[in-house]
Amino acid sequence: MNAPAPKPLIDLLRQSRVVAALRAFMPEKNVLWDAEDTKPYECDGLSAYRQIPMVVALPETEEQVARILKTCFEMNVPVVPRGAGTGLSGGALPMGDGVLLGLGKFNKIISVDHASRTARVQPGVRNLAISEAVAHLGLYYAPDPSSQIACSIGGNVGENSGGVHCLKYGLTVHNVLRVKGYTIEGEAITFGSEALDAPGYDLLALVIGSEGMLAVTTEITVKLVPKPEKQQVILASFDTVEKAGNAVAEIIAAGIIPAGLEMMDQAATRAVEEFVRAGYDLDAAAILLCESDGTPEEVAEEITRMQAVFAKSGATSMKVSQSEPERLKAWAGRKAAFPAVGRISPDYYCMDGTIPRKNLGQILRFIAAMEVKYGLKCPNVFHAGDGNLHPLILFDANDADQLHRTEQFAAEVLEKCVELGGTITGEHGVGIEKINQMCIQFGTKEIEAFLGVKAAFDEKRLLNPDKNIPTLHRCAEYGGMHIKGGALPHPELPRF
Amino acid sequence: MDATDNFRSTILAAPGSGQTLRLRGGGTKDFYGQALEGEVLDVSTHRGIVSYEPTELVVTARGGTPLREIEAALALHNQMLVFEPPFICTGATLGGAMAAGLSGPRRAAQGLYYGAARDFVLGAKLMDGRGDVLTFGGQVMKNVAGYDVARLLTGSMGTLGILLELSLKVLPKPVATQTVQLAMDEDAFLTRVNAWGGKPLPITAAAWHAGITSIRLEGAQAAVSAALVQLGGECVEEKHAAQLWRGLCDQTGAFFTNAMPEEDCLWRLSVPSTAKPLSQLGLQGTQLIEWGGAQRWWRTSQPAALIREAAKSAGGHATLFRATAAQKQATAVFTPLDAVHARIQMKLKTQFDPQRIFNRARLFAGT
Repeated sequence: MNAPAPKPLIDLLRQSRVVAALRAFMPEKNVLWDAEDTKPYECDGLSAYRQIPMVVALPETEEQVARILKTCFEMNVPVVPRGAGTGLSGGALPMGDGVLLGLGKFNKIISVDHASRTARVQPGVRNLAISEAVAHLGLYYAPDPSSQIACSIGGNVGENSGGVHCLKYGLTVHNVLRVKGYTIEGEAITFGSEALDAPGYDLLALVIGSEGMLAVTTEITVKLVPKPEKQQVILASFDTVEKAGNAVAEIIAAGIIPAGLEMMDQAATRAVEEFVRAGYDLDAAAILLCESDGTPEEVAEEITRMQAVFAKSGATSMKVSQSEPERLKAWAGRKAAFPAVGRISPDYYCMDGTIPRKNLGQILRFIAAMEVKYGLKCPNVFHAGDGNLHPLILFDANDADQLHRTEQFAAEVLEKCVELGGTITGEHGVGIEKINQMCIQFGTKEIEAFLGVKAAFDEKRLLNPDKNIPTLHRCAEYGGMHIKGGALPHPELPRF
Repeated sequence: MDATDNFRSTILAAPGSGQTLRLRGGGTKDFYGQALEGEVLDVSTHRGIVSYEPTELVVTARGGTPLREIEAALALHNQMLVFEPPFICTGATLGGAMAAGLSGPRRAAQGLYYGAARDFVLGAKLMDGRGDVLTFGGQVMKNVAGYDVARLLTGSMGTLGILLELSLKVLPKPVATQTVQLAMDEDAFLTRVNAWGGKPLPITAAAWHAGITSIRLEGAQAAVSAALVQLGGECVEEKHAAQLWRGLCDQTGAFFTNAMPEEDCLWRLSVPSTAKPLSQLGLQGTQLIEWGGAQRWWRTSQPAALIREAAKSAGGHATLFRATAAQKQATAVFTPLDAVHARIQMKLKTQFDPQRIFNRARLFAGT
């Protein structure tokens, strides 16, 4: 919610120089500069933020990537890398004076090694395509963000994407062995290795989730895991959200790590039910989706234990999927939550805060109070197992006041998440969207350290420079805004 | 006075006195790393569990806390440190374990969210070379705000600062566990253990030495029982199994403790689990394989260059794990970095420790 002022005027002289420099080694069709051609790249999944890039470069070879970076480095042109453009925080928002580096043409699965359970893939390969390509081996790639049919693995590396199964199987950082790419200076660099570790500092951990600010990724080696023989899901209903929240804690306390553990409140289930008819209990104040996977014996044992916990936690009803179509139907509702909400409201704003699980009840009460305070509805879907919230504030962007109230609503919720010991973003990334909230989560010293990390890789601040880490100046300004009672300056600027 | 005030004043006084500091917790890994330089700063005084909530699956403790203490607190709730940090018995601390970044037998477990020390770090509080306290990450599983510095600190060998406090993800102990042993040669081990890894079997540790494969199965009773039928082999009695894995983890087993000729060193080769037997690449000596083939220990007197070359051609790297000071002087303990990495890593070091006060030369000469 911190959209920069758009820079509609592109410096034409600079543009022509950059285009000429890139075309010296790139095919003409792969360097776009006419607004008609560059407009499709003006935003990512956070479409309320738009900026037409000065130039779009679409390399097809690693050598081209290296030369683009070297050229931009020498000409002091900022570079914004982009995968499939499905990101939800504006991490791939272009710059009006920069090159947008589209890696969509790097879309090949280079090799699959059955014995070592690894696959070498290019960054433009879709997340789900990896699992599809190895399904015949009984293997899959575990992290499954909801956008997995469209999002690319390169973007997943940039964002450290999660998914509904990360409670048990981990995030991108736990499932990637090696990332190969190029520094802003155009030098080849490898993070991690084909072994389980690499000498020196763990830069692989640093580059994963760095939102394309440290290096440009051109090849990724992912770990593949054996597909569980069986999966089954319980749909459990509760008459208060607190009881549902407590049931989540009780499951963990019982020593169970479910493959997935999701919560939806009544407003969310009602929106979803109208849209996909997932068979949810609409009388329940909240429902939990709790999945078990493993061998048939294991799943039978675990489902029984889960049911016992839910019964003790006051579930009003429970339904266990009896077939694969039934299980997929239960998940279809959860995965369609965002579009379903999109149908009942002209606009919605999705938050991504994470809190310690024990505070679920508290944050839900807080959100309910904010609904009253700002006069806006807010259905809730959560990755309850790991405390990651996706409250969806419903509003109409054509109504300036609603938009303003939405911003304040969201800011208050994110601040509350930090206060409760959580974070402003669990999986969608900071991007441009939550950059001001970084100043709430981190102090000056930490921001300085982040800027130091950035400088170690990119001293000139050319690689996706305006994302993820705010400048101290920006934080000072944002702090100033807070003193003024939360009233944002320049209300005329679009912030979505 | 809080222990951290003491740390800060020591840090601030260091540059003036021309002194560098050698951070030390339990001292169980003094043998590890390139060189021990500087005045010892005992960081074990900053200790204690700060918070532990079993239903959150998170423990937060000060760096000087003995792992034994953390393990005992977790055990009360039937939970565990998943990555099996080495040297718990001899007094390893949390800070030392995370600074070294070493992981035990469960490192290469397939399936459930298992992994290395770095995979379980959620947050870290660091005192840097300016004496400033910085907090990275937090206590939640999913957190993508800012760079993942908490993981960067894991394995940094204390060269970036003092790990004052760490939050780790913990997991429930498996309901059932059973170790089996099977006789087979190295080739068969590498083939079979990698094939098993591709199947939904609850294998959480796999080692091979002198013709014997040891496999640990952990998980639901039903899964362990089903896997026992599939794998076959001899069941190892629980007490002996615990000793076996602890012996590997803490390097107290016979392979590590048998008297070694003076010219021999202990090398750790980290390679893809499918890498062919390293003897085929010219390695000679005695070998113990862990992590389902991904970690290979060699006791050998062969030259470092030959060992490094073998590791490299297998797709990995080699660390001179245990050796005399003289042997370490003759060769780099850790595989040297390429020029791009060396430049970036040196800059990172300088960002956190501008005066190069901490653990100078412990990781690489120059850091």
